[in-house]
Amino acid sequence: MTSGIEAQVLQPYKYGFVTDIEADVVPPGLNEDVIRLISRKKGEPEWMLEWRLRGYRHWLKMAEPHWPNVTYGPIDYQAISYYAAPKVKPTLESLEQVDPKLLETFAKLGIPLEERKRLAGVAVDAVFDSVSVATTFRGTLAKQGIIFCSMSDAIREYPDLVRQYLGTVVPQTDNFFAALNSAVFTDGSFAYIPKGVRCPLELSTYFRINASSTGQFERTLVIADEGSYVGYLEGCSAPMRDENQLHAAVVELVALDDAQIKYSTIQNWYPGDEAGRGGIYNFVTKRGKCAGRRSKISWTQVETGSAITWKYPGCILQGDDSIGEFYSVAVTNNRQQADTGTKMIHLGKNTRSTIVSKGISAGHGQNTYRGLVKILKGAEHARNYSQCDSMLIGDQCGAHTFPYIDVRNSTAIMEHEASTSKIGEDQIFYCKQRGISGEDAVSMIVNGFCKEVFKELPMEFAVEAQRLLSISLEGSVG
Amino acid sequence: MKPRLLEIRNLHASVDGREILHGVDLEVNAGEVHAIMGPNGSGKSTLAQVLAGHPAYTVTEGSVTFDGKDLLAMQPEQRARDGVFLAFQYPVAIRGITNAYFLRSAVNAVRKARGQEELGPLEFMETLEAKLKLIGWDDSYLSRPVNEGFSGGEKKRNEILQLAVLEPRLAILDETDSGLDIDALKTVAQTVDRLRRPDTATVLVTHYYRILTYVLPDYVHVLSGGRIVKSGTKDLALELERKGYDWLREEAAVG
Repeated sequence: MTSGIEAQVLQPYKYGFVTDIEADVVPPGLNEDVIRLISRKKGEPEWMLEWRLRGYRHWLKMAEPHWPNVTYGPIDYQAISYYAAPKVKPTLESLEQVDPKLLETFAKLGIPLEERKRLAGVAVDAVFDSVSVATTFRGTLAKQGIIFCSMSDAIREYPDLVRQYLGTVVPQTDNFFAALNSAVFTDGSFAYIPKGVRCPLELSTYFRINASSTGQFERTLVIADEGSYVGYLEGCSAPMRDENQLHAAVVELVALDDAQIKYSTIQNWYPGDEAGRGGIYNFVTKRGKCAGRRSKISWTQVETGSAITWKYPGCILQGDDSIGEFYSVAVTNNRQQADTGTKMIHLGKNTRSTIVSKGISAGHGQNTYRGLVKILKGAEHARNYSQCDSMLIGDQCGAHTFPYIDVRNSTAIMEHEASTSKIGEDQIFYCKQRGISGEDAVSMIVNGFCKEVFKELPMEFAVEAQRLLSISLEGSVG
Repeated sequence: MKPRLLEIRNLHASVDGREILHGVDLEVNAGEVHAIMGPNGSGKSTLAQVLAGHPAYTVTEGSVTFDGKDLLAMQPEQRARDGVFLAFQYPVAIRGITNAYFLRSAVNAVRKARGQEELGPLEFMETLEAKLKLIGWDDSYLSRPVNEGFSGGEKKRNEILQLAVLEPRLAILDETDSGLDIDALKTVAQTVDRLRRPDTATVLVTHYYRILTYVLPDYVHVLSGGRIVKSGTKDLALELERKGYDWLREEAAVG
C-alpha cells in the first residue's frame, strides 16, 4: 500500500463556467489605434490617452522578462484582444439596468450585488472582463467622503486625484507588463479615504474573466490620506479554457502620514488542467508606497490559482517609522508554476518590514520565493524580519528560494529564517491512526503550516482561504 | 469466558522487501494486559505498526482478527475508529495545530464514524479536564501545537492523554516507557493502569520490567527474530530482567 500521492483525480475547478453574454470585443492586435479606441470607448480625457501612449511607446522598446523561474511558450501579443465588455454598459446608479446574466454570474461566484443580498460589511466593485459592472455601497461611503468607484469613473469624475497619484508608485516604465498595462488597462477600482477617516466597510474588487482570447488588464489605485485606515480585499476567477489567457494587472497603494492600508488577495484564476493545458498567466505588479511618516501597508495574499504566477507585492518605505508587511501563501499543484515574493525598499529612518512566505508544492508544481530587502543609505536603524517556509507534497514537485538582501546602512538589523519540510507518510499516518481521514489530515497539516498568514486575513476571507486551499490540494495525497 | 478481542495467526510482514515478522501468533482477550518484550530489532515495533496499518509494511502471510473482523482489510483510520489505538514510539509534531484542536478532531472523527453527534469546543473541554488531571497536566498543554517543542517525555505523556481521551478497545503501547524519568514513568504507567477496563485490552511493547510493576500484565511474551519464542506470566518478565535475552536465543537455537 502506498500513500497514494497523486493517485486521486483533482477536484474540478468550481468557477470554470462561461457566461453566455453578447460582448463588445475589439479585434485582436495592439497598436496606437487600438489604444485610442479603448480610450475613446471609455470616454477618457486627452491627458489619459497621452499617458497610455507614453506607456505603449516605452513598452515597444522593452523585452519580455525571462528571469523568473518559470517556463512557458511565447506570448503573441498581437493575438490578444485588449477590450471586451458586455454589450449594454450598465449605469452604476441603477442596478436594475445591469444585465441579469451578470448579476447571476456574480451571485454564482458568491458575490451577490443586489442591495438586499449584499455581503454585510463589504463594499464590492465587480469587474467583468474589461469593465466594472457594479460598485455597491457607493452612496453610503460617499457620506464619509470616501470615494470608491471603478477606475473609469474615477478618471472622469476625479481627474485631479487620479492625475496626482496614477503611476507614482508603479510608473509606466517600471517593467514590461506594467508598461503594457499602462497602455491598455481597461478598468479596475479606485479608492480614496479622506483624512482621519477609518473606512467602515472592507472595500473589495472581484475580477472575472469571461470572454475568450482576451487579456484582462486592470489597474487599481488606493489612496489613504493622513490618519486614515482602509482594508481592501481582492478576489478573482475565470472559466476553464484550453488556451492561456494573460492577466497583467497593476495595483498602486499610497499611504500618507499615519495612514494604514491592509490589502488582501485571494487569487483563484483558472490553474489549467492536470496536464498543464490552459490556465491564466498571472503577471502582476503590485506595490505600495508608505509615503508618510508612521504609515503602514500590509499585503496578504493567498495564491491558489493561475497556470503561472509572477508577482511581488512590495512596499517602498519612504516615510520615517513606516512599516511594510507581506504575508503570503502560494500553492502550486499539477503543472502550476509560481515565482512570487516581495520587495521591501527601506528609505526612511526606523522603517520596519516583515515578510512571512509559505510555499506549498504538490503534483508537478514548481514554487519559487523571490524577495528583495533593500536598506538604503539614509535608512538609519531599519529592521527586517523574513521567514520563508516551503512544504513539499509528493516527490515530483519543487520549492526554490531566492532571497536578495542589499544593505547599505550598517545600523540595519536583518533576520532571515528559512525551512523546507515534506508532508511525510508518518505525519499523515499519525492522524489516520487517530481516526482522521487522509484528506482531513493533509488539510490540517497544511492549514497549520499556513497559520501565521491566515491569521492576517479578515475573518470571512480566512474561511474562504482554508476552503480553497483544501480544494486545490484535494487529490494530492491519498 | 472472556471475549476474544485480537487474534493474530502466523503473521508475516516485511518492510522494503525484507521480512521482519516470520509468523507471529497471539491471542488477546478483553480485560487482559499482554506485555511483549524482546531485544532490539526483534520486530516488536513492526508488530505494533502492522497492527495499526502503517503503509510502509506489507503483510505477506497470515491473518489478524479484531473483534471478529479482518483487521488487515481495514484502512488505518477505520481501525482507529473501530477502537485500535497505537501510542507511538516516536510521535510526530504538527505545526500550527493546537493539541486541543487535534484531540477534538480525532474524537469527532471517531464519533462521526459511529453515528454519534460531534462535540463542540466547549463540550469537549469539559470532558478533557479530568483526563488532563490523570496525567498531571494543566491546560497550558492544550494550546501548544501538537508535539512541537515537546521533550521526549512530554511527547509520551501526550500519547497517553490521547489514549485517555479516545478510550480505545485495544491499546498498543510501543515503548511508551522509554525516555521517561522515574517519576514520569510512574504517572504514565499508573494512568495506563487506571484506564484498564473489563471490556478493553492493552498490549505493552517494552524493553524493561519497570513499567510492569505498575501495569501488572496477565501474560508476557518474548518476541525474538520475528517470532514469539516464549510466553508466560509476569514471572517471565522478572526472569528476563535478571538474565537478559541471550539464554532464550540459545534455547530457541537448540529447540
